[in-house]
Amino acid sequence: MNKLLFGRYIPQDSFVHHMDPRAKLVLSFLYVIVIFFANNWWIYLLMTLVAILSIWASKINFKLFVDGILPLVWIIAFTMLIQVFFGTGGHLYWQWGIFSITSLGILNAAYIFVRFTLIILISTLLTLSTSPIQISDAIESLLKPLAKIHFPVYEVALMLSIALRFVPTLMDETEAIMNAQRARGVDFGTGNIVNRIKKIIPILIPLFMSAFNRAEDLATAMEARGYQGGAGRTKYRLLKWGTRDTIATLIYLLMTMIVFALRFF
Amino acid sequence: MAITFKKVSYTYQPNTPFEYQALNEISTHIKDGSFTALIGHTGSGKSTFLQHLNALLKPSSGTVLIGDSAITRETSNKNLKPLRKKVGIVFQFPEKQLFADTVGKDIAFGPENFGSTPEEAHELAKKMIKLVGLSETLLDRSPFELSGGQMRRVAIAGVLAMQPEVLVLDEPTAGLDPSGRQEIMQLFTNLQQTQHFTIVLVTHQMEDVANYANHVIVMEHGKIVKEGNPRAVFANVEWLHDKQLDVPASTEFAFEMQKKGFRFDQLPLTEQELADDIAAMFEKRGLANE
Ligand SMILES: Nc1ncnc2c1ncn2[C@@H]1O[C@H](COP(=O)(O)OP(=O)(O)OP(=O)(O)O)[C@@H](O)[C@H]1O
Ligand SMILES: [Mg+2]
Repeated sequence: MNKLLFGRYIPQDSFVHHMDPRAKLVLSFLYVIVIFFANNWWIYLLMTLVAILSIWASKINFKLFVDGILPLVWIIAFTMLIQVFFGTGGHLYWQWGIFSITSLGILNAAYIFVRFTLIILISTLLTLSTSPIQISDAIESLLKPLAKIHFPVYEVALMLSIALRFVPTLMDETEAIMNAQRARGVDFGTGNIVNRIKKIIPILIPLFMSAFNRAEDLATAMEARGYQGGAGRTKYRLLKWGTRDTIATLIYLLMTMIVFALRFF
Repeated sequence: MAITFKKVSYTYQPNTPFEYQALNEISTHIKDGSFTALIGHTGSGKSTFLQHLNALLKPSSGTVLIGDSAITRETSNKNLKPLRKKVGIVFQFPEKQLFADTVGKDIAFGPENFGSTPEEAHELAKKMIKLVGLSETLLDRSPFELSGGQMRRVAIAGVLAMQPEVLVLDEPTAGLDPSGRQEIMQLFTNLQQTQHFTIVLVTHQMEDVANYANHVIVMEHGKIVKEGNPRAVFANVEWLHDKQLDVPASTEFAFEMQKKGFRFDQLPLTEQELADDIAAMFEKRGLANE
């Protein structure tokens, strides 16, 4: 569990870290949407440059991003293989039953590789440079218009931030429970599938017990401190749009325009 | 069973920004049949040390000798089971590990994993629940209906049922009432004295250290900064205060008396010793006054 870097915030003093989380969230989404319009190497080159520029502006060690990609290597490889063997069109190199290797298939596999990598890079950048609490603040702020149609924006944001807050706690707890059961002779990671599933029970039940207990304690503590829901509450952390955000937005918009130009004209 | 640490270092999450060296070249020897107490400020690496005692953690460098199996960084995760049977660990707040639908099944879980038949395991459960001072009638209850103190005892029974040779205890009495605390500690010493258990205890209760331990290890920032019998370790009260550690209340009391000019040949560790020393002083004065 120690290796899991995705979703961990790394504090730094950088351009990206000081950006408004709303800007980061929206721009990351924009990037992911735009990349699906990419259909030639010039576009991929441009988008790679933008990703590298963004990562550079965050001052986070590039090695961490590589660590973020490594656990997903198998998924990427699998998707590429499917493209290579099932893709059609272009020059046919080899065929056997429903399997075929074609020039277009290979090209698409290469595109998918780059696309996957860039998406992982940008989303890792978002989570490494933005604390969970900032992300949930940003979501709350972005969803605010929905309050008009009686969508419970505040409650959803609170649920989200509580959930995010307890992810590391639950991970530590899982680790501790697994260790305790290991010490009582459970050998995780051996045996057939039925046995393996059986071994999950001694982890899951204590984990649920403790999660419920925690939830109850938290609810009691909130009530004891006079919590009454979102109406009328002011904010401790205020989100502020700054010059940095405007600059970043302009760069991303420019990128979007060039991509559309390269694609459609 | 003896356990030896040779220059053991351990680093959490190496090669990440969260890298933290929790143990730094620790060397020590835990004698067969001894009662070792591990003390140290919070975060000093005690729990990390404990997890090396049954290879839940493997050293980043150095060697841990458990009986005659050597554990190093390269040791494979397979075949550790026999070792884990010999070293039972009661973790901090062990009641968190309870999961079975009845107390009996939970206690039997360990022995069954180590190859006991269900009948043998059930017999063990019966025996152990009495040993930890609970009634046999609880065996068919759900562990989640018990009080916190009862749950703690059930969890301890679950580890004892594995019939280990070394018993490792991470603050086993934290949060128990005073009489419960004494009962549990008494149980552990009995096991050590009558059944030749080797015991390693982490505690912040210096009275327990003075009363039960025969070897004390003091840790600070992942290093062993002092080691010896309780009398030697508690002799230097100021040094311990400096490390933000307590001494037994009786020792503290005598230490304060010393500042006021009373003389002790050696600082007492227990109430009994303190009472004897003070009685002796009165006797001397009484004689002098006559
Ligand atoms: N999974 C982990 N990742 C990173 N650092 C950790 C991890 N677990 C523990 N540490 C760090 O290692 C150090 C030693 O922790 P350890 O749990 O051994 O302390 P301890 O002496 O048992 O403290 P306490 O008396 O509070 O139980 C602490 O500073 C802790 O922050
Ligand atoms: Mg600890």
